[in-house]
Amino acid sequence: MKTWLHRQTFKPDITVAVFFGVVAIFFYGSILWTFYMSLTRSTLMPNYAVVGLDQYVKLFTNYRWLVSCLNMVIFGVLFIVGTLGFGTILAIFADRRIQAESLFRTIFLYPLAVSLIVTGLSWRWVLDPVNGLQGLMRNAGWENFTFDWLTNPDRAIYTLVIASIWHSSGLVMVIVLAGLRGVDNDLWKAIRMEGIPLWRAYLQVIFPGMRPVIASCVVLLMSEVIRGYDLVIAMTKGGPGIATEMPAKFAVDFYFARVNLGLASAASIVMLMLSLLMLLPYFYSEFRKRT
Amino acid sequence: MSHAIQAERPVFGPRIARFGLYAFLIASAAFFLLPLLLIISNSLKPLEEIRQGNLLALPVRPTFDAWITAWKSACTELECGGVRPGLWNSIKIAIPSVAISTLVGALNGYALAQWKSRRANLIMLLITIGLFIPYQAMLYPTVKILSSMGLFRTYAGIVLVHVIYGLPYTTLLFRNFYVGVPDEISRAARMEGASFLRTFWSVILPISTNILVVVAILQFTGIWNDYLLGLIFAGNDNLPMTVQLTNIVNNARGSVSPNVNMAAAVITAVPTLVVYFLSGRYFVRGIAAGAVKG
Amino acid sequence: MSSVSIRQIRKSFAGLTVLDSVDMEIAPGEFVVILGSSGCGKSTLLNVIAGLDDCDSGQILINDVDVSGLEPSQRGLAMVFQSYALFPAMTVRRNLSFGMEIAGTPKAKIAEKVAWAAKLLQIEALLERKPSQLSGGQRQRVAIGRALVRSSSICLFDEPLSNLDAKLRAETRVELKELHETLKSTMIYVTHDQIEAMTMADRVAVMHKGRVEQFAEPQKVYEKPASLFVAGFIGSPAMNFLKGYLEGTRRFKTHDVSLDASSYGFATGPAAEEAILGIRCEDVNVVERGAPDSIPATLAFTELLGADALGWFDCLGQRFSVKLTIDAARTMQKDVGFRFNMSKASFFSAATERRL
Repeated sequence: MKTWLHRQTFKPDITVAVFFGVVAIFFYGSILWTFYMSLTRSTLMPNYAVVGLDQYVKLFTNYRWLVSCLNMVIFGVLFIVGTLGFGTILAIFADRRIQAESLFRTIFLYPLAVSLIVTGLSWRWVLDPVNGLQGLMRNAGWENFTFDWLTNPDRAIYTLVIASIWHSSGLVMVIVLAGLRGVDNDLWKAIRMEGIPLWRAYLQVIFPGMRPVIASCVVLLMSEVIRGYDLVIAMTKGGPGIATEMPAKFAVDFYFARVNLGLASAASIVMLMLSLLMLLPYFYSEFRKRT
Repeated sequence: MSHAIQAERPVFGPRIARFGLYAFLIASAAFFLLPLLLIISNSLKPLEEIRQGNLLALPVRPTFDAWITAWKSACTELECGGVRPGLWNSIKIAIPSVAISTLVGALNGYALAQWKSRRANLIMLLITIGLFIPYQAMLYPTVKILSSMGLFRTYAGIVLVHVIYGLPYTTLLFRNFYVGVPDEISRAARMEGASFLRTFWSVILPISTNILVVVAILQFTGIWNDYLLGLIFAGNDNLPMTVQLTNIVNNARGSVSPNVNMAAAVITAVPTLVVYFLSGRYFVRGIAAGAVKG
Repeated sequence: MSSVSIRQIRKSFAGLTVLDSVDMEIAPGEFVVILGSSGCGKSTLLNVIAGLDDCDSGQILINDVDVSGLEPSQRGLAMVFQSYALFPAMTVRRNLSFGMEIAGTPKAKIAEKVAWAAKLLQIEALLERKPSQLSGGQRQRVAIGRALVRSSSICLFDEPLSNLDAKLRAETRVELKELHETLKSTMIYVTHDQIEAMTMADRVAVMHKGRVEQFAEPQKVYEKPASLFVAGFIGSPAMNFLKGYLEGTRRFKTHDVSLDASSYGFATGPAAEEAILGIRCEDVNVVERGAPDSIPATLAFTELLGADALGWFDCLGQRFSVKLTIDAARTMQKDVGFRFNMSKASFFSAATERRL
């Protein structure tokens, strides 16, 4: 026993065990606990009698939740497509021997250092119908100019998309640019020798070779979508009405403000399932590659 | 360096295409700069100028009044201390959280890189998934665990939460770095009789300065910019700056002086922006490294 | 000087047998080279001896004391790694003294030992440098120095020369041999390079698929390979092989040819069996076509190697390499005959692949 202990001081096993213990308790233990709560009738106080899937039935008949989910899908698709497209174009351009590349890169990237709270507030002020862009244009004599998306229930969700594209395009640019820089110079030589037009070279040669890079971008952006909370809080607080409610906000609201633990837990578990579902293909390919 | 790498990249042929390229880049730069510049410019205006309503106009009589108000006397629903206490709280929270999560992450990352077992892949998978778990699925039990330890809504509590929630991320970043460090170095240290911790401290940490800086910067940005965890776990005495800022902005009385709100927002964003501008290369490298997780 | 005994070491990993009942007795002061191609288990064996890898069963004895349960640092041995594994952030001096520092050796003693090793290896001028400021050869020396400071009684080498260029490798080989002469320490040296094995070893252990195929003096391994694998692995060009049938009367029949094997020193009594004849390129005599007791052969091409030459012939449907003098190679006829020097040949059982 003593020599066993002594030998352990030369091995990483104890550190791994402690670390994994922390992860197991705080992450996976918490998830199990949350899952258990979602099966109970807990409201203000935890109630440990299991009642089955009642909370999930309630959740999926809750209008606000359904709107949240729909919002997340609309927001998610537009945000991911927009960020990926914009970021990729920036990366391609930055990879084409431009002047002042580092200046441009510094400008494109700085939003990543800005919190989503400040991002949301800034765009809220810029897009404010009275004091922001619309007011500005009307003051300038353009009386009929209308850009009231922030306060228009049908359009408010798009303002979130604008702000989050602003925030995250730099991320995609950096990752794709790193991928582009990794492309072998000989490949470019071959493309030139074959006389392949530039757009086809990117679309059919370069990007297909960068599929893992694109995939990791998509995974990162998806997890931002599902977690998206701060931006909504800062920009729209879910409004007008419930036009920009999101599942993440729904869950937090029901945990703390409306105190319905069971329902909030059920919402959290659904969010978790969604995350895992979206990650599944990525992880499958990643870990199959490695073993 | 970049020129050598890009030597083979064909330049856009026609002049007009080159012109279009720059036009697009400059337009994009304007899009990225617009919100920040507008807020800074308007935060420097006195209230009358704001009332005149021209968002784009530069301040006629620039003044730091709004900044001073935002700094020390802007009001939340509860008190009128500006963002100053929030700044102090954020510093107080960020420094130990960043230091601990980075160092412990380095130790864990090294341990995982050293750990040869058939279950290693499974553990890596579980930890990687940990990065993508929505906080919501862990919030309530974490509240309960911290309450039972008497740490809920305390300073130690919020630091602990930041450390634990940050660990999978820092650990993975370090692991990916240490996997590239030759195994023989650790073996040589073991031959010399150095224990695992001694090897980590004397041999491995001294060659990790770059990755330490990268991870610390990422952690600092993340923790400084956090809102949700601070809101829930910090308690009223330790509310970080982001929470303080939203409280000021959302205070009904505050909404009449947008210049103060904007100044408060800028002040909140300054620390991470300073870190970003000072450490651009590391920041970029960190993002690129963090992106290829797992 | 210490002896090392390796007894019945077994190790498997993920269902694959890495070491299969390895036995070796290494005498004090002996220079043993463990030779094999990559994946044969030689490095694993070295790591098991060092204690860096665990084995499934078996014992390691140093000076007749079982050290199987001990930490590497407690076994009284030192190791030089393939990539040198110098501690990157430490100066050369600190690299040498780190182990003693941990062991709590008095400062004066540390300084003395470092000075001794530095003088021996002529690295005194490098002591305050970092590894990144050293050339490959210098790093090599520091790595050896670190091992010497640790233990001058047993030293393990894991392919220490494989990262050096050809010229430096040859020089360092000689220096290592001299170092062994000076220190008289026990050295266990792993390599895939036959020349290193042949030139440096007192005894060579040839490993294949986790087994020690032969453990003997280098010249004996070359002349009397214990198995078909060793015969094919050692020597360049590889030994020529002929499949055939060995009759009890000590005649070897192959392709309608019957060769007299009575001059061969069989280890076992006469038995009739399928066998393989192995013959080195210098043990084939080229004679005129049709000479008595000769086998017809046809020249394919010759390679001039400077000092001597190599002729490639087709004989009995097989490609044969034959060592020739330059003159002989230049005037070689196309159609010739072979006579084998049977006293230097090797016979292997086709069934067991062991030497007969």
